[in-house]
Amino acid sequence: MNSTFSKDFKKNSGRMSQDLTHRAVIKKALGAYEIKRDENRSKYLNWQEARQAASEIKWEAVNHLDRYLLEMTKNLEARGTKVFWASNAEEARQYVISLAVEKKVKSIIKSKTMTSEEIHLNGALEKLGYDVVESDLGEYIVQLNEEPPYHLVFPAMHLTRGQIKEIFKRKLGSDTSDLPEELTMVARNIMRQKYLTADMGISGANFGVAETGMISITENEGNARLTTSFPKIHVALMGIEKVIPKLGDLAILLPLLATAGGGQQITCYNTMIGGPRQPGECDGPEEFHLVLIDNRRTELLADAEQRDALHCIRCGACLNVCPIFKNSGGHSYGTTYQGPIGSVITPHLRGLQDWKHLSSASSLCGSCTEVCPVKIDIHHHLLHNRRNAVTQMPVWWERIAFKGFSIATANPALFQLGIKIGRVFQPLHFLIKGTLLDPVRAWTQTRDLPEIPAKSFRQQWKSRQ
Amino acid sequence: MNGSKDQILARIREALRSPAPVPGNHDYSHLEMTPSRPKPELESFRQWLPPVESNSENQWDLLTKSFHALKTDFGLLESKARLIDFIQELQRAEQWKRVGIHHGAMTDEIASYLEIEKLWVDEGYDPQAMEQCDVGISECDAIVAQTGSILITAKSAGGRGLSVLPPHHLVLARTSQIVADLPSAYELLYKRYGGNFPSMISFITGPSRTGDIERIVVLGAHGPKKLTVAILKD
Repeated sequence: MNSTFSKDFKKNSGRMSQDLTHRAVIKKALGAYEIKRDENRSKYLNWQEARQAASEIKWEAVNHLDRYLLEMTKNLEARGTKVFWASNAEEARQYVISLAVEKKVKSIIKSKTMTSEEIHLNGALEKLGYDVVESDLGEYIVQLNEEPPYHLVFPAMHLTRGQIKEIFKRKLGSDTSDLPEELTMVARNIMRQKYLTADMGISGANFGVAETGMISITENEGNARLTTSFPKIHVALMGIEKVIPKLGDLAILLPLLATAGGGQQITCYNTMIGGPRQPGECDGPEEFHLVLIDNRRTELLADAEQRDALHCIRCGACLNVCPIFKNSGGHSYGTTYQGPIGSVITPHLRGLQDWKHLSSASSLCGSCTEVCPVKIDIHHHLLHNRRNAVTQMPVWWERIAFKGFSIATANPALFQLGIKIGRVFQPLHFLIKGTLLDPVRAWTQTRDLPEIPAKSFRQQWKSRQ
Repeated sequence: MNGSKDQILARIREALRSPAPVPGNHDYSHLEMTPSRPKPELESFRQWLPPVESNSENQWDLLTKSFHALKTDFGLLESKARLIDFIQELQRAEQWKRVGIHHGAMTDEIASYLEIEKLWVDEGYDPQAMEQCDVGISECDAIVAQTGSILITAKSAGGRGLSVLPPHHLVLARTSQIVADLPSAYELLYKRYGGNFPSMISFITGPSRTGDIERIVVLGAHGPKKLTVAILKD
């Protein structure tokens, strides 16, 4: 009934929500983000209509996914790109591994890709002896600290500069102050030679353009541009839902992604790559491989009601406003994609019964839906997942409890009797409050039950007649 | 070898047999299954994005504001002589010893006034030699007033590496290259390259930066620590 994932989530989120240092770090980081986001959002002539347009662009692509994927593939292949279609994580990993073996690759440099986290690529490559380095600063920090990204856009958001300094000292032997400038330069100096000497560069893709056969990568650091410029082989990993119809669609999607994701008007580098080095060009990789990954996205696609969850552009805006995320922390989810959108899609990608508990990790405040730049109906989908989980596998004690509740409330005499019994026994509740004997301990462990009033509404009404 | 192409396409087609509700409509009581308005097009984006006036003076004001906010250095230069002064002054101040550069109308002219070692990238180059360059000098396709972005391609800016590996990227441009907004920049790309796009196109908006440590902005994460735009008045 309770999966281990659910138990872990309860345990970890319980612990994190009492961690005041964690709360202060997250509050500070997201407070600064909110100010910048609001400032840039207010510059739009019409932010709401811009969201609607983005949502329509993604709707068009996702609802004609076969057509646009084929168009993109055809255009990419025409200019020398090899496109591989992977049904699942295993197929995607195997493709990258056999390519590395075939080309006698030794060292690999990566720029940020959540899809690679999803298919656990680093672990598989490292096991085979490849030197794999994450070049995005945040990803590099969590890689050194041997933990998964905390947040799908800000991987090391939970760490303070002091902790990062310690990680660098422990793993790299660097001796710097805890100034962000100095710490950043440590990573910069290590990485520069890696771009030039790595045999393979692995990147993600924020968008795939059907019309012109390109991928688009959004970043601030320049590490993705370096990763896709110098190594002889460039491999990009992309979920099948990332395709958009036209190149010009980026004119609205890029600023929306930047504003929702990082509070910026546009990020520092937005790069469109349409193939390996072309005739007449002076540099760029000799080979470009695009791995298209399904990994159960087609199951989510088959759920028409929740299909718009595939519109997601992974900006992380819903995480940044979510009270559950802010208090439970990104690691408690135990998923590749954290926060509200992660709670919606993980049950589809990894099994509804194992991950249904995430649908209840919500206050249903609707902030996620309100900030989503592509208008995904996130908080309603959490409700849809709850409904689907119960329809698929009803919980026997819940059925009995609700049946009992409906009998009691439909029968005034029984309801009155219940209240009377409650009044007698509630004063004794403190004896078992929060213990294993307490039938409502999930609530009473950390909260009080309201007291049953001495006079019910009906009694008060009667006395006034 | 293209993997599970047919299986994935079959699953997609099967999944799409049931229609999805129209986007952005969160009221499930009256479901429409096809959008009632036409697909949004490039020129329609202007009515929602941050506004840009058509007057070139206003565009210049907007651009300089963006440059200041992004910490992009720039100079508006009245004549070719002033442009050369501007660059020679930079060379002296930063004591450039080696410069990475590509052939182009503006770059060729400037190169003749820079009496230092030059790495010409056009016929291919050694990346380790580029890593030793103090500056990468390139041209660009356009400058976007709306966002303060420099639009480059592998064709206009000497390939992929020149504008991102050296610690300082110097862009040479003309005022006539300033376009109003992102939709105009994409219109320009279609017009200039439609059918045969360079393998890399990039919007560069300020020097490389990161906020990964406590969300504090640090310039020069992996790409150039400094971005300078020298704009010659037409």
